[in-house]
Amino acid sequence: MLERAWPAEGATRVPYWVYQDEEVYREEQRRIFRGPTWSYLCLEAEIPQPKDFVTTFVGDMPVVVARDPGGVVHAWENRCAHRGALVCMQRRGSAERFSCIYHNWTYDHAGNLTHVAFRNGIAGKGGMPADANPESQSPKQLRVESIGGLVFGTLSESAGSLETYIGPEVLPRLKRVLVKPLKVLGTYTQVLPNNWKLYMDNVKDTYHASLLHLFFTRFRINRLTQKGGVFVSSDGAHHCTYTEMVEDRGDAYEKDGMRSAGSSGFQLEDPRVLEQADEFGDRVAIQILSLFPGFVLHQIRNSLAARQVVPKGIDRTELHWTLFGFIDDDEAMTQRRLLQANLVGPAGYISMEDGAATGFVQRGVAGSPERASVIEMGGSVVGSGDSRITETAVRGLWKAWRQYMQV
Amino acid sequence: MKSGIDPDLSLQLAVERLHARYAHALDSDKLEEWPQFFTENGRYRITTAENEDRGLPLSVLYAEGRAMMRDRIQSLRHANIYEPQRYRHMLSAVLLEPVDASVVRSIANFSVIRIMQDGDTVIFASGRYLDRIVLPEMQYEERVVVCDSRRFDTLLAIPL
Repeated sequence: MLERAWPAEGATRVPYWVYQDEEVYREEQRRIFRGPTWSYLCLEAEIPQPKDFVTTFVGDMPVVVARDPGGVVHAWENRCAHRGALVCMQRRGSAERFSCIYHNWTYDHAGNLTHVAFRNGIAGKGGMPADANPESQSPKQLRVESIGGLVFGTLSESAGSLETYIGPEVLPRLKRVLVKPLKVLGTYTQVLPNNWKLYMDNVKDTYHASLLHLFFTRFRINRLTQKGGVFVSSDGAHHCTYTEMVEDRGDAYEKDGMRSAGSSGFQLEDPRVLEQADEFGDRVAIQILSLFPGFVLHQIRNSLAARQVVPKGIDRTELHWTLFGFIDDDEAMTQRRLLQANLVGPAGYISMEDGAATGFVQRGVAGSPERASVIEMGGSVVGSGDSRITETAVRGLWKAWRQYMQV
Repeated sequence: MKSGIDPDLSLQLAVERLHARYAHALDSDKLEEWPQFFTENGRYRITTAENEDRGLPLSVLYAEGRAMMRDRIQSLRHANIYEPQRYRHMLSAVLLEPVDASVVRSIANFSVIRIMQDGDTVIFASGRYLDRIVLPEMQYEERVVVCDSRRFDTLLAIPL
C-alpha cells in the first residue's frame, strides 16, 4: 500500500516522487500494467500466418503473442511453469509449439502446458507423483482483443471490452487511421533516460509541441495558431490531438518573441520530406493519440506508427517504434512514408528532442521529490477542447494514474 | 614512369582515405562538409540489421541527394535541440568489390563512440557501411549504414 500524499492543489500539481520511487514503480506494475488496463502487444500484420509469434512486454512482464493453427491470436506470459525461465527466446518467428530450453516443458500457441518431460519417469523410476499439479503455475494468459489490426491484451478478467476501455471520445480517432489492413515498414527502439510516465505526459502535452520542436515552427508545420483540437476520455486516461493542414500566416510567435519563431527565408531545399497526400480525406496533418498506460499512435503527415512504451526501471524506458503503411499502398505512397519517417524516431526532425527533454526532467528533479510540476495551462479541467495551449490531457493522465494507484 | 603500385592496392588506399576523411569530418563537427562526400543525387540512410534481415525498407535517417542532406544539417544547426556531444568513428575491415570502371562497392565495419559534455562515453553504434563509390570522383553514390543493434540511445542527431 502506498503511503503518499498528493499536493493540496490537486490536478494542477504532479509531485516528482512519482518518477523516482522504486515502490511506486513496483506498484504501477501490479495495479496498472497487470491491473484492469489494456496494453498494446503488436500489430496483427507481424503475425499474419497461423503459428506465427512475436515476443513483447506488458510492463516488466515478458509476453508471447502467437496465432494458433486456427488463426486465433493468443497472448501469454513468457514464463515456464516449472522454474520460471523464458519459454520463447526468439523475438519473432513461426513455431509448431513452444519448448522451454531449460527442461523441455512444452506449450501450445495459447500458452497451455501440454507436455512435461519425463513426467512419468523412465521404466517406472523417477518422474512426478500422480497428483502433481505443475499446471497450477502455468504462464498467465491474457485476454486479447484487436482494433483495426492492433492487438491489445489484459490480464484482468474484470476490465471492460477494449472499445469500452478506450471510450467514445478517442475511439473514433483511432479508427480514423486504421482504415485498411496494415503493412509493416520497419521497427527500431529508442532508449529514453527517464521514467515511462515522463514520456507519456510529453505525448499528451499539446503545449510543448511547437515550443520544444523548433522544426515545426521554423518550417511552419504546426503552430498553435493552426486549427486543431484535443480529445480526452472521460476518465482522463486516453487522449488524441490533431492539427489541420492549413498553412499558418500569422505572427503570434514573433509577437511573443519566441525562440521558436520562424526566420524568414528559412526553408527546406528539398521539401519532399513534408509533402503530404491527404489520404484520410479530412485535411488532418498531424494526429497524436495515446492510450493508457503505454501506447501511442501517430499520423504525422503520411508517416504512421505505433509506439509501445516499455518501462525498464524508474529511470529508463524503451520506446518500440513500428512504422507502417497499408497493404494497398502504391510505390509513391510507400516512398512518401519512408521519406517522412525522417520526421519521427530517434533521428526525427520533430521527435528527437522528446528523449532529451524528458531526460532533463528526470535529472532536474533529482533533489526535489517533494516538489511538484505546475500543470496549470487551461486551468484545472480535464476534458476535450479546441485549444492546444492547454495541459488538459496531461492532467488527464494523472487523474487516471491516481485512480489506478489509489493516491 | 609508372609507380609500380598494384592498381587494386591503389584503389583500396583511395577508398580507405575517403572513409577516413568522412569520419574525421563528422568527428570534428564539420557537418557542412558532410553532403560533399556524396554525389549530387547520392543516397544516405541509416537502418538496422533487423530491418535488413526482414527485408523492411524503413530507415532511421534517410536522405536522397545533397539538398536533403543540407536540410538535415541546417535543421541540426538551427532547429533541433540536443545536448552537446561528439562522435569518434573507428573503421576497419574495408573490403572492395569493383562493379565496373566507374563504380566500386565497399563494405567496412564501424563503431561510433559518443562523448557527452560531462565526459560520459559509450559505444553509441556499431555496424557496417555498405557503399557504392563513383570513380574517379571518389564520392558516395550510396552509403547504407547498417547498425547491428535496433536500439538507439536517447536520440541520433549527428549522422553516423
